Amino acid sequence: MQKILYFGRLSDVTGTTEEMIDIPAEIETAGALREWLDLRFNASGALLDPTVRIAINNEITFDTALVGSANEIAFMPPVGGG
Amino acid sequence: MHRISADPIDPGAELKLFERSAPQAGGIVTFSGQVRPEASKGAVRGLHLQAYSPMTENGIDAAIADARARWPLDQILVLHRIGDMQPGDTIVFVATASKHRRAAFEAADFLMDYLKTEAVFWKKEKTETGAYWIEPREDDYADAARWAKKESV
Repeated sequence: MQKILYFGRLSDVTGTTEEMIDIPAEIETAGALREWLDLRFNASGALLDPTVRIAINNEITFDTALVGSANEIAFMPPVGGG
Repeated sequence: MHRISADPIDPGAELKLFERSAPQAGGIVTFSGQVRPEASKGAVRGLHLQAYSPMTENGIDAAIADARARWPLDQILVLHRIGDMQPGDTIVFVATASKHRRAAFEAADFLMDYLKTEAVFWKKEKTETGAYWIEPREDDYADAARWAKKESV
């Protein structure tokens, strides 16, 4: 089981801020995970938006990063506080 | 130092504590950001803030270290609310202390630009017409870019 986090507008699209899932073995990269989750949530591309960055174990990474051994994967729309 | 918390921020009390922590400083600058009562999409009923620990804290630590590298500062304090807030609540409080005022002004400005555009927070505004996630505006990015130029000087 791996922990997936959805922040900002994505938490509205997915209906949750986090979940534990079994990622299928054929989903090897962060980019493939994006596509798989987007279909799974019927998100119409919300997870594929290039402004949505992916973090693995609290580090921002690229779509080519491998997700197999990741404990925590976060999908992060543009940030900003204040 | 910094603190991210769902607890209310009392800017007056924080300033008093901050002054005591920096008795040698000649100048202290503070900035308080409040939840706006009006948004482009109508009257604001509330604001919800998400953070991602420890990425949010690590980023603020790095911004504080960056400010210290750029200006001679005695003390820095960054407080940020998360969770649910009402209009008028203090959402952010930044204080800087230095021997002279210019460094304190500039460092506070720099830290606020970081918080508006790069700090790891997500902000949802609940208005009378619905709830909307707020992302940085072009103006916010332009404000933050001022400091990048300075680095190449």
